[in-house]
Amino acid sequence: MSFEQFLNMGGYGWYVWPSYALTALVLLINCLSPMLQRKQLLRQLALKQKRGQR
Amino acid sequence: MSLTTAFFAIIRRDLLLAFRRRAELANPLLFFVMVVTLFPLAVGAQPNLLQAMAPGVIWVAALLAALLSLDNLFRSDFEDGSLEQLLLSPHSLSILVLGKILAHWLVTGLPLLLVAPLLALFLGLPQAAMGTLWLTLILATPMLSLIGAIGVALTVGLRRGGMILSLLVLPLYIPVLIFASNAVDRAASGLPVTAQLNILLAMLILALVLVPLPTSAALKMSVN
Amino acid sequence: MSWIPTPISRFFHRTSSPPHFYALANRWLPWLTALFLLLLGAGLYGGLYLAPADYQQGDSYRIIYVHVPAAWMSLFIYVLMAVMGAIALVWRMKLAEVMLISSAPIGAGFTFIALVTGSLWGKPMWGTWWVWDARLTSELILLFLYLGVISLYGAIEDKKAAAKAVSILALVGVVNIPIIHYSVEWWNTLHQGPTVTKIDKPSIHVSMLVPLLLMALAFKVYYLIAVLQAAKLELVRREASSQWVKNLLETKL
Repeated sequence: MSFEQFLNMGGYGWYVWPSYALTALVLLINCLSPMLQRKQLLRQLALKQKRGQR
Repeated sequence: MSLTTAFFAIIRRDLLLAFRRRAELANPLLFFVMVVTLFPLAVGAQPNLLQAMAPGVIWVAALLAALLSLDNLFRSDFEDGSLEQLLLSPHSLSILVLGKILAHWLVTGLPLLLVAPLLALFLGLPQAAMGTLWLTLILATPMLSLIGAIGVALTVGLRRGGMILSLLVLPLYIPVLIFASNAVDRAASGLPVTAQLNILLAMLILALVLVPLPTSAALKMSVN
Repeated sequence: MSWIPTPISRFFHRTSSPPHFYALANRWLPWLTALFLLLLGAGLYGGLYLAPADYQQGDSYRIIYVHVPAAWMSLFIYVLMAVMGAIALVWRMKLAEVMLISSAPIGAGFTFIALVTGSLWGKPMWGTWWVWDARLTSELILLFLYLGVISLYGAIEDKKAAAKAVSILALVGVVNIPIIHYSVEWWNTLHQGPTVTKIDKPSIHVSMLVPLLLMALAFKVYYLIAVLQAAKLELVRREASSQWVKNLLETKL
């Protein structure tokens, strides 16, 4: 099976690949957004603590 | 004061308060009629179309009217502090809450029975379906008040709880809508509706038993 | 909780203390991520490459490998949320509240995936993007239930009260889910149009079933990863002024 055939999915490529892309996107957002938010929150808290110490 | 006395005292008090504000009493009814009036104007006045849509339209309008009236259930009591007194009373909160829900239904659910014939006439619902429409209203509108009570109890502490209330409550209304409108639909075609009515009755009993518990828990949460 | 043996209750007590849980999550996350990638790789390889095309649906059926596991997860997570809600209400365990709140967006995400991929699968099979099919309709209502939980938690400012409200709502929702599900199913049999659902087939070949189960497992592990990440954020947010978060900041600086 060639790569083009694989992408074409027997003519259903336009339905199959968006499904997988959307799934990947939602899963990534749900995992990465709390990570990034926590990093930001920790940075803010650290800044506040530094100011408090001075 | 015994529990039964307290139960009926609450119902009497709520009914009395409702009758003092008679103008507000008519609002859900008016809303019910107006929503139904909008449909012929929007989809056209072909009798066949209206007749086919009648059970669904009437029931969707009843759902919306119930939703609109829900806020009265605990809102004013929450604002003037009498809800707090209710929570402090030595009686079982679940029973007292049930009394409040019953009073709410008597004021907002039961009057829908009065205008139902008018709406059936507007939409050309067959005469044969009228009895079933009444029966479904009797069986299903209490459920709207009961299920709605949970939503109101959860959102009564919020300043703008209206939108969230509809988001919480409408999905839970779906089974009621399905069985009630289907019963009326079948009655209009002259088919038996015992199964639908039995299911509505079973759901009503289930709601009567289960609803007071989360409602009182949510009220305690909202007042604190 | 006298009926629970002391070592076990001590274990739960310790694990449920926020700093301990935070450290535990950090220790588990790399392993879970590795396991997830392994299962995902195997599932995708089996589903997209090894499994043959369906004799009726061609290659379009391959959407099943994301659609069905996502639909399973959407229901599973809601039930799990209700369990957490019950634990939070009965034993006042704060960690259960945190897990409940952290699960809601993940569950809503899976519900959304199940809806959109169902629609993308429906287009070539039914010829339209949306059919009032019993399962798609139930999934849509489930999405509303998730959004209700999320927006109720967001609307109540006192987060302690909000957690309690959401616990109650999750329990009410889980009692209603079977009722809603069966009434929608019953409604669907009444109003079924001329289209025939081709999606559910009772028998499925092993070469198609194994990747499906692998993907389902991968999604379960993904849920653990995502919920731990969200719970870590929620814990730091809630306990920003506590000593353990301060210690955490010092080790980072």
